[in-house]
Amino acid sequence: MLKSSKPGPIQYKFETNIVAMVLITLALVSVGGIVEIVPLFYLKDTMEHNQHKEILWDRQEGQTLNDWQAGDGVRPYKPLELMGRKVYLREGCYLCHSQMIRPFRDEKERYGHYSLASESIYDHPFQWGSKRTGPDLARVGGKYSDEWHALHLEAPRSVVPESVMPNYTWLRKAPIDADNTVKHMEVMRNMPHNPAPYTDADIASVAAEVEGKTELDAIIAYLQVLGTMVKFDESKDYRQ
Amino acid sequence: MQASLDQKYNFEIIKYFAVMAIVYLVIGTTVGVYIASELAWPFLNFDIAELTFGRLRPLHTNAVIFAFGGMSLMATSYYSVQRTCGVRIWSDKLAWFVFIGWNIVILSAVITLPLGITQSKEYAELEWPIDILIAVVWLAYSFNFAMTLAIRKTKHIYVSNWFFMSMMVMITLLHVVNSLAIPVDMFNSYSIFSGVQDAMIQWWWGHNAVGFYLTAGFLGIMYYFVPKQAGRPVFSYRLSVIHFWALTFGYVWLGAHHLQYTALPDWTGSVGAAISLAMIIPSWGGAINGMMTLSGAWDKLRTDYILRFLIVSLAFYAMSTFEGPVMAAKTVNALSHYTDWTIGHVHSGALGWVAMVAAGALYHLVMQLWNTKMYSEKLVNMHFWMATIGAVIYIISMWVSGIMQGLMWRDYDEFGTLTYTFAESVAAMHPYYAMRAVGGLIYWAGGVVMLYNVIMTIRMATREKVSSSSPATAAA
Repeated sequence: MLKSSKPGPIQYKFETNIVAMVLITLALVSVGGIVEIVPLFYLKDTMEHNQHKEILWDRQEGQTLNDWQAGDGVRPYKPLELMGRKVYLREGCYLCHSQMIRPFRDEKERYGHYSLASESIYDHPFQWGSKRTGPDLARVGGKYSDEWHALHLEAPRSVVPESVMPNYTWLRKAPIDADNTVKHMEVMRNMPHNPAPYTDADIASVAAEVEGKTELDAIIAYLQVLGTMVKFDESKDYRQ
Repeated sequence: MQASLDQKYNFEIIKYFAVMAIVYLVIGTTVGVYIASELAWPFLNFDIAELTFGRLRPLHTNAVIFAFGGMSLMATSYYSVQRTCGVRIWSDKLAWFVFIGWNIVILSAVITLPLGITQSKEYAELEWPIDILIAVVWLAYSFNFAMTLAIRKTKHIYVSNWFFMSMMVMITLLHVVNSLAIPVDMFNSYSIFSGVQDAMIQWWWGHNAVGFYLTAGFLGIMYYFVPKQAGRPVFSYRLSVIHFWALTFGYVWLGAHHLQYTALPDWTGSVGAAISLAMIIPSWGGAINGMMTLSGAWDKLRTDYILRFLIVSLAFYAMSTFEGPVMAAKTVNALSHYTDWTIGHVHSGALGWVAMVAAGALYHLVMQLWNTKMYSEKLVNMHFWMATIGAVIYIISMWVSGIMQGLMWRDYDEFGTLTYTFAESVAAMHPYYAMRAVGGLIYWAGGVVMLYNVIMTIRMATREKVSSSSPATAAA
């Protein structure tokens, strides 16, 4: 079917031997991934906290997650926040909301300081998103009250008439289960890559932390912490 | 002739793959039209969790990519590998296992995704038990294909098979690495990677699902079905060799261009963008090779509607592979990223290239497998025009809304403050979201016409077969 033309020796091997074809293809397709992905695990520059130690929370012996104050640095999610994040994943929020502010003037004014890699160090999986049908949420924490969030989640158009977001009416009725929360925290604690440094005391506190809470409380707790962990110094360039 | 072909090759299994491909085309685009409408008219979410945009969008992408795309690839690759190698598929049983297994995957997606059971990685949402099933079925599919190549009667492996094979190798690698997760229970798990590394791995997967599954695989379709339908040899062997090697080596690098200006290190995004620019060459190489196959026989386009699908799909392919590198360029990406432009770009590839080349190949397959003409040539032509017009309306509405969003977000008034609130940009999108839904609806209706036409063709062919084998007709 093809016009005659002589293949070179590698091409000849490739198209006459199936094992050679598979091996050559495997070698060919592996290069790009290895060059772009593997260094991200090793290059110190990738994570800003290697240069700027204050980005990560320096937790002292005996401190609980509740001792952390906004701006103290990146910490693992509190039990309720973690379960709120699970709701965020389940409902597919990342399909319409990004959590990644780019270093542009308009994004700074609209959303705040550009996002750092170290800020999502405990995000399994990452939630940077790819589309802004709704606004970026990387620094939504603290911008609205809990009451506003509850109204907005249950009936978005009651507070933002232009919104096209669905009404999340079922969150209020779903309680957060303590045993289940512990299971999620244990998985995060045992991650082979960037595990969340939960202490046994953190795990022991779960029952009290999620007592009587619903999924609505959980997702609001999660939204309220987004972007509040790091205190930024405007004079610093975090990305070299 | 047909009877001996039926015995020599396994056409029976291909029939199942082909028909299900068309069924899934209709189902996948139905969900697509619905979620597009939800963005235009949010009351359609009906306060029912299982119907919300966030839960149905993964169902739409999985249905069109893995159900429709998967069935199309399996039908065409298993058909063309038998024809180009001159042998029957290596194992009939394994082929059936692939058909049933892949449909179980699709069924589990239909059940789990609306329930919110998801790994929440785009285009890889299915939870870990389903991921394991995908890996097993995909390996069985690939192994059966490779073994058929191994027992071939021809000396050389035909070019379409190179592309299918590279897809199988790469998708295995991507799926396994990107889906690595630690389970919490049967329905929950978390990616073992986090933050920036997870982002890079996700888009390495995301772009190569496009690059290998929806490009290399469908180029395999193109290299077999375009020459067959046109009745002419591939334009240039040399071009196909260069095109294959460059595409296979280069496409893998592109994922990083999804993360420009993010917290991904600058070098990675820039490498991705630079290679993206270079990828115009192999992409257009493929498009030219396909189109020039018709060189000297362009008049066939006037009468052969199936050829129209194949050639117009290559035009869309050329257009979207030009658009892709443009959008990967940093200055353009700064505007286009996070907007509907990306959605438009994906659909010019998906509606224009993937689904059109698959439709052409599937029409060709139906006629070959049932040894008949189409029930209605007019309906094929009608489908062609609905698909083309629907796709164009979709793409244009997303171009306009995407560029408008990008410009509104960065617009400053004379006092140096942001001109628009985010909510104003959402309101401005309404007419384009409605227009997109209309374009999608037209495209969907084209798929329904195809399904009807194919069902009628099969019924007609089956009836003819029965009557021609009865003694009364034979005597007459």
